[in-house]
Amino acid sequence: MENDTIITDTIDDSEDIHDSGKHDTADTKTALRTINLSVKFFDKLAIKNINIRVKKNNVAAIIGPSGCGKSTFLRSINLMHDLTPGAKVYGDIYVHNEHITDNNVVDLRKKVGMVFQKPNPFPTMSIYDNVAAGLKLNGIRNKSLFDETVEKNLTYTGLWDEVKDRLKSPAISLSGGQQQRLCIARTIAVKPEIILMDEPTSALDPVSTSKIEELIINFKKHYTIIIVTHNMQQAGRISDYTAFFYLGKLVEYSRTRRLFTNPREKLTEEYVTGKFG
Amino acid sequence: MQESDIKISEEISTKEIRSKRKPGDIFFENLTLLFALLLIGLVLFIAIEIYGDSAESIEHFGFSFIFSSDWNPVTEKFGALAFIYGTIVSSILALLISLPVSIGVAVFLSEIVHKSVRTPVSFLVEILAAIPSIIYGFWGIYVLAPFMASTVQPALSSLFGFLPLFQGPIFGTGMLTASLILAIMITPIISSITRDVLKAIPVSQREAAYALGATRWEAIKMALLNARSGILGGAVLGLGRAIGETMAVTMVIGNKAQIKASLFEPAYSMASVIANEFAEASGSLHISSLIEIGLLLFGVTFIVNTFARILIYSVTRKT
Ligand SMILES: Nc1ncnc2c1ncn2[C@@H]1O[C@H](COP(=O)(O)OP(=O)(O)OP(=O)(O)O)[C@@H](O)[C@H]1O
Ligand SMILES: [Mg+2]
Repeated sequence: MENDTIITDTIDDSEDIHDSGKHDTADTKTALRTINLSVKFFDKLAIKNINIRVKKNNVAAIIGPSGCGKSTFLRSINLMHDLTPGAKVYGDIYVHNEHITDNNVVDLRKKVGMVFQKPNPFPTMSIYDNVAAGLKLNGIRNKSLFDETVEKNLTYTGLWDEVKDRLKSPAISLSGGQQQRLCIARTIAVKPEIILMDEPTSALDPVSTSKIEELIINFKKHYTIIIVTHNMQQAGRISDYTAFFYLGKLVEYSRTRRLFTNPREKLTEEYVTGKFG
Repeated sequence: MQESDIKISEEISTKEIRSKRKPGDIFFENLTLLFALLLIGLVLFIAIEIYGDSAESIEHFGFSFIFSSDWNPVTEKFGALAFIYGTIVSSILALLISLPVSIGVAVFLSEIVHKSVRTPVSFLVEILAAIPSIIYGFWGIYVLAPFMASTVQPALSSLFGFLPLFQGPIFGTGMLTASLILAIMITPIISSITRDVLKAIPVSQREAAYALGATRWEAIKMALLNARSGILGGAVLGLGRAIGETMAVTMVIGNKAQIKASLFEPAYSMASVIANEFAEASGSLHISSLIEIGLLLFGVTFIVNTFARILIYSVTRKT
C-alpha cells in the first residue's frame, strides 16, 4: 500500500490523548480508533491512512468538500464496504478496544448503527415495522416493547405527531425528510453504542434539524456519535471534535472550537473561512 | 385551520394542455391506443367466435356440462368437470412444486453465486424455458414416468400411503407426473422473473438491512418480502402457462376423464382433450362440446388470473 503522509490524530493539547501510533488495549475511554485506514475502489485510493480516535460519549463531526471521502470513511467503520463491488479496506479498526474483522461483522453492526446519506426505509414495510425492524432482527417478539420503542423513537426524531395516526401505512408514503427521520428512529431504536450519521439533516427543515441536533446532544450521554455534515454551524453546535478531510486525507482533527477558530493547518483555515470548497 | 378556510383553486385544465400538443405526440398516442384496442378486440373476437361455435353444446347440455364428468362420444354424453378438475389441480400442484424451487434458484442466482457462475447458469435456466413442450413430453414418457413408477411413487406411498392422495395403483403416468412436468416447465419463467425482481431491489435497501445487523439470510428474507408482489406476479404468469400447456401434459397425464383423490391416478386436462379428440370428432355435438371446453378454458384462465391478482393485491397491501 502506498504510504502517503501519515497524519496521526492530533487531539487537543488540553485533552492530552497522545497517540503512540499503536493500539493500547487498556484504553477504556476510546470508542473508535482507526490505524492507517485506507479504502480503495478498484485501483483508486479513496481515503488514505486515516488515523483517528473518537472518545466515548463524544460527538465527532467530519467535514470536507464533496468527494473527499467522508462517506467512504464512515462506511468503513461498520464494514459496509463488504457489500460494495471493487472496494478494499486496509488498516485496522478498533471499536471499544475490539479489533474489527469480518468474523464478527453481524455483532459489530448491531453495536455500530448507521444513518445513510440517502434515506433508505424498507419500502414495503409499514412505518411501525421499519422502526421495529432492528428489534425483530435481535430476536425480540414483544408487542408492547415494540409499541413503546416505536413511540419513543419516533418522538425523539419529531415524527410521532406527524405519523401516529398512520403507523401502518407504508414507509414510502412519507416525504423525503420524514423518511430520513424514520431511518434515524430505526437506527437508534436498537440502541447502538456508536451511531454513524452521514449528513442526517441535509434533507430536513430547520425545525426538524434542530430536533435531530437536540437528539444528538442528548444521546451523547449514552452513545458515541460520528456525524458527517456539510453544515459547519451544525458541527460547531453539536460536536466535541471535528475532522477535516481533503482529497482522501485527514488534514486536521482537533477540538471543534479550536478547529473553527484557530486551526493548526492553513488548509483547514481556508476551508472553514470559505476560501475554497 | 378549518376545512372551509382552505380554498382550492380550479383544477388546471388538462384539455387546454392537450390541445397545444405537437402533431407527432398525437400521432403516437393514437397509434399506441390503436394497438391496445386491437388486442382487446382480438380477445373479444375469439371469445365471441368460440361462444358461437359451442352454441349447440350449450343449448343441449346447459349448465350440466360443467357439473357432469361423463364424457362419452359414443353415447354423445358430454360433461367437462373431469377436464376442468384435471387442468386446475395439475396447474396448481405444479405451481406449489415450482414456486419454492424457483425462489431458491432465483436467490441462488441473484444473492449467493459468484458472477462467473451466475451468467452461464442463468443462461441455462432461460434455455429451459425455450425447449419445445413436445420434448418435455417425450422426456416425461421415457424418463420421468418410469422413474416415477419405479422410485418416487413407491416411496411416496410407503411414506404417506395413509393419505388418499398417494394411494392406488402405480402407472408412472398420471396427475402427479403431469404436475411435475408442468412444474419443471414453469420454473424457468418464475425463477427468472423472481431473479429480476430481486436484482431490481436497490443496494441501499440491502445496506439498510445489513446495517441493522442482519445476517445474510435475514437480509435475503427481507429482500424476498420486499419483492413479494413481483414474485407473485411471476407465479401468476407461470400458472397461466401451466393451465394452457397442452402437449407435454397430454403425453403424461394418462388421458382418462375421471376425478380421483389419488394423484397417482390418470387424469385429463381441458387442453389435452381438445388436442386428442378434435381431429377425429365426427358428430357436430362432439365438436361443439370440445369447443365449449375451449370456451371454459378461456373462463378458467380468466378466473384463476383474477383470483391470483386479488391474492397479490391483498398480500401486497397488508403491510
Ligand atoms: N462505490 C464506489 N465505487 C467507486 N468509487 C467510489 C464509490 N464510492 C465512492 N467512490 C469515490 O470515492 C471518493 C469519495 O467518495 P465519498 O462518497 O466518500 O465522498 P464524500 O466525502 O462523502 O462526498 P459527499 O460530501 O458528496 O457525500 C469519490 O471520489 C467517489 O467517486
Ligand atoms: Mg457522502
